[in-house]
Amino acid sequence: MSGSPFDKAILATVVCGLAAAPLLVAPFTVTLLNYVGIGALVALGLVLLTGFGGLTSFGQASLVGIGAYATAWLSTRVGADPWLGLVLALALTGGVAAILGAVTLRLGGHFLPLSTIAWGIAIYFLFGNVPGLGYHDGIKEIPPITLVGVPLASNFAIFYLVWVALGISMWLMRNLLDSREGRAIRSLRGGATMIASLGVNLFRIRLVIFVIAAMLAGLAGWLYAHMNRYISPSPFDVQPSIEYLLMAMVGGATSIYGAVVGAAVVTLLKNFFQDVLPHVSKNAGQLEIVAFSVLLILILMYARGGLMSAVRRLAPSRPAAPLPPGTQPLPRRSQPRAGTPLLRVEGAVKRFGGLVAVNQVSFDIKAGEIVGLIGPNGAGKSTMFNLITGAQRASAGKFTFLGRNITNLPQQRIAAAGIARTFQHVKLRPTMTLLDNVMLGTYVRTRAGFALGASRLDRAEEAQAKIEALRQLGRVGLAEKAQLNAGNLPLGSQRMLEVARALAADPVLIVLDEPAAGLRRGEKDALALQLRAVRDDGVTILIVEHDMEFVMGLVDRVVVMDFGAKLTEGLPSEVRASPIVQEAYLGGVA
Amino acid sequence: MDAQSALILLTDGIANGAIYLLIALGTVLIFSVTRVIFVPFGDIAALTALTVAAVQFGKLPGTVWLVIVLAAIAVSMELGKAVRERRLHRVPSALAFYAVLPMLPVLAAMAVTGIELKLPQFGQMLLALALVLPISPLINRVVFEPLAGASVLVLLIVAVAVHFALSGLALLFFGPEGFRNEPVSDASFAIGDVTITVQVLLMVTAAISLSGLLFLYFEGTATGKALRATAINQTGARLVGIRPRRTGAIAFVLASLLGGVSGLLIGPVTTVYYDSGFLIGLKAFVAAIVGGLGSYPMTAVGAVGVGILESFASYWSSSLKESIVFGILIPVLLWRSLISPQHEEEEEEIG
Repeated sequence: MSGSPFDKAILATVVCGLAAAPLLVAPFTVTLLNYVGIGALVALGLVLLTGFGGLTSFGQASLVGIGAYATAWLSTRVGADPWLGLVLALALTGGVAAILGAVTLRLGGHFLPLSTIAWGIAIYFLFGNVPGLGYHDGIKEIPPITLVGVPLASNFAIFYLVWVALGISMWLMRNLLDSREGRAIRSLRGGATMIASLGVNLFRIRLVIFVIAAMLAGLAGWLYAHMNRYISPSPFDVQPSIEYLLMAMVGGATSIYGAVVGAAVVTLLKNFFQDVLPHVSKNAGQLEIVAFSVLLILILMYARGGLMSAVRRLAPSRPAAPLPPGTQPLPRRSQPRAGTPLLRVEGAVKRFGGLVAVNQVSFDIKAGEIVGLIGPNGAGKSTMFNLITGAQRASAGKFTFLGRNITNLPQQRIAAAGIARTFQHVKLRPTMTLLDNVMLGTYVRTRAGFALGASRLDRAEEAQAKIEALRQLGRVGLAEKAQLNAGNLPLGSQRMLEVARALAADPVLIVLDEPAAGLRRGEKDALALQLRAVRDDGVTILIVEHDMEFVMGLVDRVVVMDFGAKLTEGLPSEVRASPIVQEAYLGGVA
Repeated sequence: MDAQSALILLTDGIANGAIYLLIALGTVLIFSVTRVIFVPFGDIAALTALTVAAVQFGKLPGTVWLVIVLAAIAVSMELGKAVRERRLHRVPSALAFYAVLPMLPVLAAMAVTGIELKLPQFGQMLLALALVLPISPLINRVVFEPLAGASVLVLLIVAVAVHFALSGLALLFFGPEGFRNEPVSDASFAIGDVTITVQVLLMVTAAISLSGLLFLYFEGTATGKALRATAINQTGARLVGIRPRRTGAIAFVLASLLGGVSGLLIGPVTTVYYDSGFLIGLKAFVAAIVGGLGSYPMTAVGAVGVGILESFASYWSSSLKESIVFGILIPVLLWRSLISPQHEEEEEEIG
C-alpha cells in the first residue's frame, strides 16, 4: 500500500490545508473541524471493526464517554495531569472492550453488537447515577491539556492536537492493514473455515480489533473532555453511537480516509439540521436522527461502498513497491525423510445425529507420497478430509501427525503443525491482490504481531514473505498478475492460486479437495505437473478427487471409501483391477 | 425486606416478565425466520399504547400518517416489481395486502375522529391494535425484503436505524408528554397478604395464552410448520416449495400482533413516552439472548427472570435499575458461550 505520486500529492494538499485552516476560517468552523476530527477517530475504529472485521458496535459513544469521564474525574477530583487521564482513558476503554469481547466473540457475530446496545445503555445510566461523576449535571471545569508547558485552552490550540492524533492513528491503521495481522483482519469476512485453515486464531483477531476500536473511542473521549472542558451523560447515549456508525458507512466502511469524509459529512449535516429543524415543528427535535437513520438505511441498501468507493474508482492503481535488495526468502522447514510415517488415521468415526458419515476408517500416509482418497458420491471423502484438517470434530478415532496426537485440535493449530489445505469451492479473498492472497499463506511461518505491523518494524519479515509469495506465484505461472485482484481470475487460475497459498505455508502435508473439479484438460495436465514438482520438493500430498483419470495417473497409492467405510487401499493398478471397487462404482460387475 | 414486599415485587416482576415474553417471542420468531434482529419491537408496543391514548382523547393518532406513507412506498415498490418482472397478475393480491388491508383501520380511525364517535374502551383498543399491526409488515416489505441477501450484521444495523427513525417520528406525532391509558378494570383481589389487580392478571393470562396459541400454530398448522422449516433451513424450505418472502411476511404479522398486544397491556400500568419502547424492547432482547435467539422455552424463562430482576433492582436502587438489568447480560453471555463453545456460522461477504 505504498503511496503513488497521485496519493502523495493529495495527502500533502490535505495536510497543508488543515495546517492553515485555523488561520483562514471562522472560529466556529474550527470548532466544527475539531468535532469532525474527534468523530473521525471513533469512525476509524468502526471502519476497522465493521468494514474489515465484519463486526459492529452500537456502544462506541459509551466508550467515548468512559474515556471522557475517566480523564475528567482524574483531572478534577484527583487533580492529576490530563496526560495521566489519557492513560486511564485508554486502559479503561481497552479493558471494558476486552471483557465484553471475551464473553461475546465466541458466540455468533451478532451477539457482540446486540450486547453493545445493552451495555452502552447500562454505562450511560451509570454516568448519570454514580456519585462522584456529577449525576446528570456532569463534570465542570475540566483543565486543558498542557503540551510542553503550553495549555491548549482554546479550540484553536487543541485543533492541532486533535488532527495530529487523528493523523497518527490513520498512519498506524494503514500500516496495520498492510501487515501480516492486517491481511488476516482483511480476510475476516471470508469465512471462519478459510481463516482458521491458514493458521489464524479468529477469536484473537476479533478481540484485538474490538479493543483497538474501543481505545480509539477512548482517545476521542479524552480529547472531547479537554476540548469542551465540561461533560454530561447525554453525548454518550446509544443514539450518538448510530451517528458514529453512519460516519463509517457514509465514507465507505472499508476506507481509512472514508472515516474522515464520513465524519465531515455527518457533522456538517447535524449542524445544518440543528439550524433548520426547530423552525419545522416544536416536536422536530428528533427529526435529525430520523433523517440520519433513513440515510443509513439507504446507504446500506444501495451504496454499501460509501463515498470513498466512488473516489477509489477514479484514482489510478498503485504500482507494486520494490523489494529491498538482498532480501532472503523465509527459511524453510526441514521435511521428514521420504518413507517415514507422516499421518496415521486410526478408527476415525464421524456421526451426524443417527447418520454415520465416516465409520472406523484407518490409513497411513508416508512422507514423500502422493496419496489419492477416492470413492463414489456420498462415500464420506469430504467428511474424512474435514476431520484431518480439523474443520469438523471426530466422534471417535485418533489422528497422529509427525508422531504428535492432533485429534480434534482447533483448525489453526493443525495448520500450524504443517498441514495446509485447499477448498473444493475455492475460498479466496476476491478483493485482495493475488500477492496478498498468497502472503496470507505465510501467516503460520511469520511472527510480526499488531504492534510491529502498525509501527512498520515488520518490514524485513514482510519483504521475506513477499519474496516467498512471489516465488509460489511464479511456480503456478501467476507471477505477472501479482497485483491483480483475485476475483478477476478465471476458476482454473483461482485453483492454482489456492495451491500457491497453501504452498506458501511451507507445509509438510498438503491436502487438496477436488483440485481438478471444473478444470479443462490442459489445466489438469499443468496441475498434475505442478503437484509432481511439489512432491519432488519433499512435500507430501493427499488428494480427495472424483476424477479417476487425473488421480490414477498422478498418485502413488489410493485409499478407496464407500458408504463411510474404507473399502480397500493399494497401488493404482491394483485398485483399478479390484472387483469390489468396480462394484462400488458401477453397481456390480456382470 | 420482609416477605410481603418480596411477594409484591415478585408479582410486579412476573407482570413485567409477561410483557417482555410477548416481545421476546416475536423477536425470536422474526430472527429465526428472516435473520432480522428486529430491534424496533419495543417501539411497536409504545406506539400502540400512544395510539390508544390518542384515540381515548378523541384525536387522530399520528400512526395513521406512518401507515399511509409506508403503504404508499410498499405499493409503489410492488407495482414497480410487477411491471419489471411482467407479472401483472400479482398486482391485485399485492394491492390487497399492502394497500387495502392497512388502509381499513386508517379509514376507520379517520371516520371515528371525524364524526367524534366515542368508542367503547374495547373498541378503542381494537382500533389502535389494527392501526399498529400493519407497521412492521410494511417496514419488512419496504426495508428488509430488498436486503434479503444481506448479512445478519447489515440487517441488524438497519433494524437499529429503523428504531431511531420510529422513535423520532413518535416524538413528532405524539409530542414529548407521557401518557397512561385507562385500565380495563380497576378491580383487584387479595391472595393472602398480596393484592393482585385484574390488570396484572390480564397481562399474565395474555402472555400464557398467546404463547400457547403460538405453540399450537407451529405444531398444528401447515403455515406454522412452514415457518419452522424456514427457520431451520431456508434453502431447504425453498426447495420444498415454501416461499421465504411469504413466511417472512407471516412472521412479521404474527410478531407485530404480539408487540401490539403487549403495548395494550403495558399502557395502563406505566406512563409511556415516545422513546419508552427502546428500553422495553432491549429488556425483551436480554430475555431472547438467554434463549440464544432460538429456544422459545428458554426465552420464556429469561423474560420472567428479567422482569423479576428489574422489579427487585428498582427496590434496591431505582436509579441504577437499568444498569443492573443490562449488566446481567455479561454473565448470561458468558454462560451461553460456555454451553455452546463452537458456534461459528459461515458468514457471507458483506461488502
